[in-house]
Amino acid sequence: MEAGTPQAIKLEDLHLPGQLSGRKHVLSILVENKPGVLARVAGLFSRRGFNIDTLAVGPTDDPSISRITLTLDGAVHPIDQVTKQLHKLINVLKIRDMEPEETVAREMALFKVSSAVENRAEIIQFAEIFRAKIVDVARRTMTIEVTGSADKIEAFERMVRPHGLVEMVRTGEIAIARGGD
Amino acid sequence: MRAADTLMESLKAEGVKHVFGIPGGANLPIYDAVVDADFRHVQARHEQGAGHAAEGYSRASGRVGVAFATSGPGATNLITAIADAMMDSTPTVFITGQVKTELIGTDGFQEADVLGATLPFVKHSFQVTDPRQIPEYVHEAFHIAATGRPGPVLLDIPTDLSRADIDYEPRTEPVELPGYKPSTEGNTKQIRIAAKAMANARRPILYTGGGVINANASEELRELAGSDRFPVTSTLMGLGGFPASSDQWLGMLGMHGTFSANFAMDKADLIVAIGARFDDRITGKLAEFAPHAKVIHIDIDPAEISKNVGAHIPIVGDVKQVLPKLTREYRALQTDSSRLDVWWESIRGWQQEHPLYYAPGKDGEIKPQFMIEALHRATKGEAIVTSDVGQHQMWTAQYYGFEKPRHWINSGGLGTMGFGLPAAIGAQVACPDETVVCVAGDGSLIMNIQELATCVTEQIPVKVFLMNNGYMGMVRQWQELFWDRRYSAVDMSGSPDWVKLAEAFGATGMRCENADELEGAMVQALETEGPVLMDVRVTAEENCYPMIPPGNAARDMVEAPREGVR
Repeated sequence: MEAGTPQAIKLEDLHLPGQLSGRKHVLSILVENKPGVLARVAGLFSRRGFNIDTLAVGPTDDPSISRITLTLDGAVHPIDQVTKQLHKLINVLKIRDMEPEETVAREMALFKVSSAVENRAEIIQFAEIFRAKIVDVARRTMTIEVTGSADKIEAFERMVRPHGLVEMVRTGEIAIARGGD
Repeated sequence: MRAADTLMESLKAEGVKHVFGIPGGANLPIYDAVVDADFRHVQARHEQGAGHAAEGYSRASGRVGVAFATSGPGATNLITAIADAMMDSTPTVFITGQVKTELIGTDGFQEADVLGATLPFVKHSFQVTDPRQIPEYVHEAFHIAATGRPGPVLLDIPTDLSRADIDYEPRTEPVELPGYKPSTEGNTKQIRIAAKAMANARRPILYTGGGVINANASEELRELAGSDRFPVTSTLMGLGGFPASSDQWLGMLGMHGTFSANFAMDKADLIVAIGARFDDRITGKLAEFAPHAKVIHIDIDPAEISKNVGAHIPIVGDVKQVLPKLTREYRALQTDSSRLDVWWESIRGWQQEHPLYYAPGKDGEIKPQFMIEALHRATKGEAIVTSDVGQHQMWTAQYYGFEKPRHWINSGGLGTMGFGLPAAIGAQVACPDETVVCVAGDGSLIMNIQELATCVTEQIPVKVFLMNNGYMGMVRQWQELFWDRRYSAVDMSGSPDWVKLAEAFGATGMRCENADELEGAMVQALETEGPVLMDVRVTAEENCYPMIPPGNAARDMVEAPREGVR
């Protein structure tokens, strides 16, 4: 008798695990750095009807491997099915569904905000509070770089929008596991 | 060595004996190498035909089917076959020529981005960017196509690269792909739990699919079914995986499945899904599918498990490896078989009260169901049978009674009309000593009729039995039942004279319009040398029953109206 195997399996005791987690998921996907790999991943999402919220692609410390970090809503999509479908792609090497408590996730955004003389000071103050950087100043606009969680970036957006948001660019989240492994 | 010649060497190293295809501009170097190649090349008349022939070849033999096409339209013509192979998990390698490297992306003559166009339909694909990749990619393509859940792999080779000169080194070492390691064994603990659940089930059923055929696991399935009196049903793709003559066989399930198979699923307390994927044609209305059942799901593809129907006990593995372990575990429990008595009583009741039924034909009228029964008798039930898609396909599935795996070859997932004839060509090439028949529909056959020329010129003696009802029958049936009988573009009465058409191709043409003469005529056709096309005139507006109307549950199934009864 192997440990953990109950003597009798009563059918009424068998239950299905829930399919939807109800929260945002960050998937960190290692893929082979080959032509067309991003098209395969993106194509899979579109044809299976999975909606990507953000997507970031970049090199890793190994030039033959790239990392795709994407976020999607676990309230809408069964994450288990998403990762299993991704695993079927031959060029996908490893998928990690990042645990929120054990993950450092960051996104960067650039905000171009209208800044007339009278509100310039206030915008600079916001930037300081958010530990953002002013990276460009023109006669009528300022460009501010914000790094942080998606929540923080959205909070900053809410603060500056009333002043006139000319343009905003976000990178999508990237994430790394906390601690030693 | 010229790269195109290394392609031939690489195919030879993979054990390729037959290739189906059509040449064109961008694969001229490949076809020049074909002249000296060690395999038989079957020249098809349309790339779709070549693709389906490769599928039929694979499905009949279990080997990887191979088809060649040129760039652009050659490659796009192949796409239906590639998608078909994907849906039915058929191990195939498709090799397309591509415009020369410097023209890629310029909309050059006969350029098509076949790699991009086929992304949703391939298990994997390669585009050669350096001629030295050819032996490596071929080796990997065959490995990927044939292992795990099988499927199509595309290899696209620009014409300048197949002309290049390279050093050839045979690739025979085991393929190592870091992102591709199918699990085949099945988790021992899960298998043990599954056996115990089966021992506790009062109303179990084995629901089997094409995975049993792909895994060559019919013997293992019979062992499991025989370890107790488990009732067995199967999907369209799994027919022949379990002998239809067994008294544990309930017939096919699903939209046109038997009453007993569908009711057994509906009432079951435990479904053991084996290499099947709970397709919508099986489940009908998902929310009402098998409401009392717990599910054990055994599949080589983890993504199939809990995709449509949640699995209480998932087992990822090759059914050929998992089933013997499950049988062993189950036998060790020494379960009292009498607990299934009540269950079998219900099943026998359904079988007796609701058998497959059709109103017999009168005055020599050939009922389509009768045609399939006659074909069974004429072939002694031993033929390899291919079909197109539609009513004739369902009737063949219901009435032929398949005993052995790899004897039923049809397009199940994609539902490709015009599949039957080219698939029969492939099956006959793979199995030259077997009787290969194609049950065709008049709507379907014309879609790839050009392949009759392939049969004649390549001396491939397939026998085509055309179920001719003058309609695109399944669409007509749906228009009759669900669209107020407003027939729209289903009339096929303007089809050619099939006998003359067969003769024009150089094949033998026959016609039968009388039920009393049918079996004899079929025997005569089967004994005729070379390809034969027999036009069998059947009842025009017969409907295929039983039927679960689309979007309904199993218990809503509709049976054929019976004479004298209601």
